[in-house]
Amino acid sequence: MSLRTDRSRAGIMVETRGLRRVFSSRRGPVAAVAGVDLQVEEGEIFGFLGPNGAGKTTTLRMLTTLLPPTSGDAWVAGCDLRRQPRQVRERIGYVGQTGGADLQVTGRRELVFQSCLYGMGPAEARQRAAELLSLLDLEECADRRVRTYSGGQRRRLDIGLGLAHRPRLLFLDEPTTGLDPQARFRIWEEVRHLQQLGTTVFMTTHYLDEADALCDRLAIIDHGRIVAEGTPQELKRRIAGDVVTIGVGDSDRALVALAGQPFVREALGADGTVRLYVDRGETAMPAILRLLDGAGLQLHAISMSRPSLDDVFLRQTGRSLREQAA
Amino acid sequence: MKPLIDVWLVFERYLGLLLRNPAWLATALVQPILYLVLFAPLLKSLASLRGFPPGGAYNVFVPGLLVQLGLFGSASVGFSLIAELRLGVVERMRVTPVSRLALLLGRALRDVLNLVVQALIITLIAIPFGLRIHPLGLVMMLGLVALIGLLFASLSYTVALWLRNEDSFAAVVFTSALPLLLLSGVLLPLTLAPAWLQNVARANPLAYAVNAARAVFLGHLTQASVVQGVSIMGALALAALVLAARSVSRALA
Repeated sequence: MSLRTDRSRAGIMVETRGLRRVFSSRRGPVAAVAGVDLQVEEGEIFGFLGPNGAGKTTTLRMLTTLLPPTSGDAWVAGCDLRRQPRQVRERIGYVGQTGGADLQVTGRRELVFQSCLYGMGPAEARQRAAELLSLLDLEECADRRVRTYSGGQRRRLDIGLGLAHRPRLLFLDEPTTGLDPQARFRIWEEVRHLQQLGTTVFMTTHYLDEADALCDRLAIIDHGRIVAEGTPQELKRRIAGDVVTIGVGDSDRALVALAGQPFVREALGADGTVRLYVDRGETAMPAILRLLDGAGLQLHAISMSRPSLDDVFLRQTGRSLREQAA
Repeated sequence: MKPLIDVWLVFERYLGLLLRNPAWLATALVQPILYLVLFAPLLKSLASLRGFPPGGAYNVFVPGLLVQLGLFGSASVGFSLIAELRLGVVERMRVTPVSRLALLLGRALRDVLNLVVQALIITLIAIPFGLRIHPLGLVMMLGLVALIGLLFASLSYTVALWLRNEDSFAAVVFTSALPLLLLSGVLLPLTLAPAWLQNVARANPLAYAVNAARAVFLGHLTQASVVQGVSIMGALALAALVLAARSVSRALA
């Protein structure tokens, strides 16, 4: 099956095959992205979830023509990334992690300029800027310098800059990092609204709740590789049963005491915390308490929960995203 | 047509940034005016020395001052590019279909225009002090300043794209600009210098620009030194522009 036949299949917005990017470092070449295969369907909000340094931004920069891939192929919005970078640029919008608005310029001016860069005449560009200001509810600060904007206003302006030419595919790199909860929620609403207007959104995030609440489909990336892919529901369902989390003085000894018990499907432990994947939490908890007591281990805390995306991440990578974000 | 429109768009944006911040122009003019008022009078007593070029203190000093302005005014333009690289402004433009070359040319043209306007203002201010100018000489002088500006703005952007860090950029640019300045005969004419210093200065292209600038102010428009200075600056400006365009197309592909 070649990429060309895939492209003609309706509804695929992004497709990559073996996409790699190798950077040279003092200790030799490092593969920031080590062969990524993925598909993003038209109209969906696709999330790229992973810790900092996992290769999310590098992948996004390749897909948006900012960074040439070391190897591999990609089709973006119906165009060959390697052979038609210009056509790709005309069809996609991109909002980088740092935004991209100049602090000395007013929001309106930035939107007009951006529209002109996409080839609109002055009158059309002014019209488009006004539409975007209204769409993103920025009218009250439109004629102030960006320097005076709140974090949420700046982020909405950044998104506006990515939407100037009405792209059908929008890339967002960590759209809510550094925002307060209210502003984050606001951005989620904007992203959902864009989806309703027919835009496909490809976003990166290292927030589990964001990936869970916003994305139709997810790929979890770690060390430059996709380790799991699916809808948030599918991913969580792969970890059947309940999760029992124990706080204990010596997690290594606790693991020894608990691993091998018939009711424990899987046990992971480090730094005083043990996570047990069990079929039925209610019956497992008393047994766990007895076992730890018998081993003479002191228990600080015990709790039970449904599997979260963090459990999916932990299962695939052996590390917790939550700890890294904290 | 599209690349030309792009150059215009970028030029207009950066010109707008400059015009909306007029305080910047004032700061840019303060230094040259301080030189005019507080330094040039020192030269008056030297003008009678043997070896001092003809034309009087201001006719020797102002052309040099304009060359100095061209050097330092343009060498620092890379700072703003580094700030924009960090803020993501450049990346946001790169992801549009805008011509990559326009991102360089639009900025450089703004820098050149800014410089030419400043040079004109300084020249006019110097007239009451006793500067004499040939009208056509003034036009040629501004053209020469434009070439110097294009040369050093291109180099500055190249170094900025290479280093991407203000501290190392400042170190590289100002350390390399200072010997160029000292060996160009801007502050004091090199005709006063010992022979060995004159010989070293012969390797400094800016020294030829200063000689050409002094000649055109006196109206010696076709002198050999003018042809030499203008062609050296023209060739170097072109080479620097090509170098900058290459590093832009590599770094901002």
